[in-house]
Amino acid sequence: MHIAVCIKQVPDSAQIRVHPVTNTIMRQGVPTIINPYDLFALEEALRIKDETGARITVLTMGPPQAEEALRKCLSFGADDAILITDKVFSGADTLATSYVLAAALKALDAQDPLDLIFTGKQTIDGDTAQVGPGIAIRLGHQLLTYVSKIRELDPANRHIVVERRAEGGVQVLRSALPAVVTMLEGTNEIRFAGMPDMFRAARQELKRWNRDDIAADLTQVGLKGSPTVVAQVFGPKPKAIKALRIEGDTPEAIAEAFIDKLFTDFPQLEAALLEHLDQLGQQGVTQ
Amino acid sequence: MSDALDTAAKPIKKPKRVLPERFKSYKGVWVFIEHEHGHVHPVSWELLGKGRELADKLGVELAGVLMGGDGDEIRAITAEVGAHGTDLCYLAQHPVLHDYRNQSYTLGMTELVNTYQPEILLLGATTQGRDLAGSVATTLLTGLTADCTGLDIDPSDRSLLSSRPTFGGSLMCTIVNLATRPQMATVRPRVMPMPARDPARPARVVEHALQLDESAIVTKVLDFIPDARADKPQLPFADFIVSGGRGLGKPENFQLVAELARTLGAEVGASRPAVHAGWADAERQVGQSGKTVRPKLYIAAGISGAVQHRVGMEGADAIAGINLDPGAPLFDFANYALIGNVTELLPALDKAFARRLATARTQRAQAHEEADRGEV
Repeated sequence: MHIAVCIKQVPDSAQIRVHPVTNTIMRQGVPTIINPYDLFALEEALRIKDETGARITVLTMGPPQAEEALRKCLSFGADDAILITDKVFSGADTLATSYVLAAALKALDAQDPLDLIFTGKQTIDGDTAQVGPGIAIRLGHQLLTYVSKIRELDPANRHIVVERRAEGGVQVLRSALPAVVTMLEGTNEIRFAGMPDMFRAARQELKRWNRDDIAADLTQVGLKGSPTVVAQVFGPKPKAIKALRIEGDTPEAIAEAFIDKLFTDFPQLEAALLEHLDQLGQQGVTQ
Repeated sequence: MSDALDTAAKPIKKPKRVLPERFKSYKGVWVFIEHEHGHVHPVSWELLGKGRELADKLGVELAGVLMGGDGDEIRAITAEVGAHGTDLCYLAQHPVLHDYRNQSYTLGMTELVNTYQPEILLLGATTQGRDLAGSVATTLLTGLTADCTGLDIDPSDRSLLSSRPTFGGSLMCTIVNLATRPQMATVRPRVMPMPARDPARPARVVEHALQLDESAIVTKVLDFIPDARADKPQLPFADFIVSGGRGLGKPENFQLVAELARTLGAEVGASRPAVHAGWADAERQVGQSGKTVRPKLYIAAGISGAVQHRVGMEGADAIAGINLDPGAPLFDFANYALIGNVTELLPALDKAFARRLATARTQRAQAHEEADRGEV
């Protein structure tokens, strides 16, 4: 079995700061991480590897620095890593990104046929959840999004049974390989890297693929291949009125003053709150 | 448009791109009507409210797109589609469409778009809507903007302006799609207000016969396990929410948030940093990468109020922030600032609310008693 895992190196968004005067992003020194959602995909692939001895190839499209994220994946136990990097790929929206990843997956499949392609449900920087579906459509594979559990995997008979998070419940789906699976968060926990894998990850040669290696149609990559463009970036607008500061000498005084003010400004709120608590009481919810 | 937008501040600079001739005839605003097991997802109605506004600005028709299995319960939804402000409803019924599946719904939606050619297609940013939107946009090779918090029309060229937070939610951006149609966007539940329902409003039903074949649809639905509703947080529809952030200092202090929430019968929410730190469950995250909420009262304890959080909760009627830092961005849009130590203010609020509510209950009981005795 051969499994591909698509990952993205993302800025650690908790550490992004906006310049207070110019309202622009201060990118300098922001550490990068593997998109946390992709780690659920990698761990799921690693568990299949544990059971079946599958080979895992990790791919990412990104700048040369993304090598660090790939090496991290190798240290967790992935067998191979491919950095898809070329300056013509930059400025890609999700459509152009899925084109490049699908082209790379086709090239990889030609060398070593793929049974499963995993990725996270979305990234934490773009939050779009569009690239997984895009890859599946471009490759003509079945798409299984928001998968919380793989119930059955039968590479010999080419089938897979998964639990998929839907609105209001869980769909149990039976599908065929090769399939594109996007993993839901919280389904597993990435393992600790073992010493042998850490040493291997530091030394192993990464494959670097450019436009020629994936036979890219240059009209479909980067800015040129992106139908959506950012027309404007702007900071949040302060409301006309700033928050009213509740004064008081003690926490108790502040609390009392706040509730007075709140129920005066929003006269229906107290009644609504009482009614809400009555309803909860009737439903047997303990207060 | 969301209050977080400041579009007047800077003019929109669009790169020059020419819309190919074949797309110029694309007209109308469409909303995908999402349903599962007979229930229409409320986000579809919310989108019809916004869709009506966009269609009126463009001077075009608003349509709902309804796909589903054979049967009258699907057809019955068309009346509701009309009641929520549409001019027409495209209806595609086929046994293959009984359950949502990516392949069959992508085939159906793609054929409908290619046949009737809308300029805008909106979908809810749900597990179903996002699954479908990404697949349809890639099949049609058109642009798709996810999780928009604001949608508007540029009157100069009739294009859709889709706004959303960017860079991890520290800034907002406006995204345009100049060279392809339809212009697609997803919007999360509770971001747009629910439009008024007018049951007398009729919608034309346009039936479309899709040629689908079950044997060509690879994925089969084996089972559907409905959620036990009680054990899941119902944040998006909660009227009262108390949320905690990293300003609580340590995970144990989240208990103070839970205690105030219990007194108010409120749901517990959390900021992204608090969820990432493992202080609260991911289901409770409020913000761009969590849930969008519209409660009557939102109390944010130890939350600074970055854009990423703000876009998820600024639709609340009343917002109170508890923070040591009077300069926290939250106070740029909250109603009330309670400045001080969260670990002192939360218990104080809990006690004060409990006392106030007990008093109000007693007064109400007395009033009822007096009314019963006919003394009023």
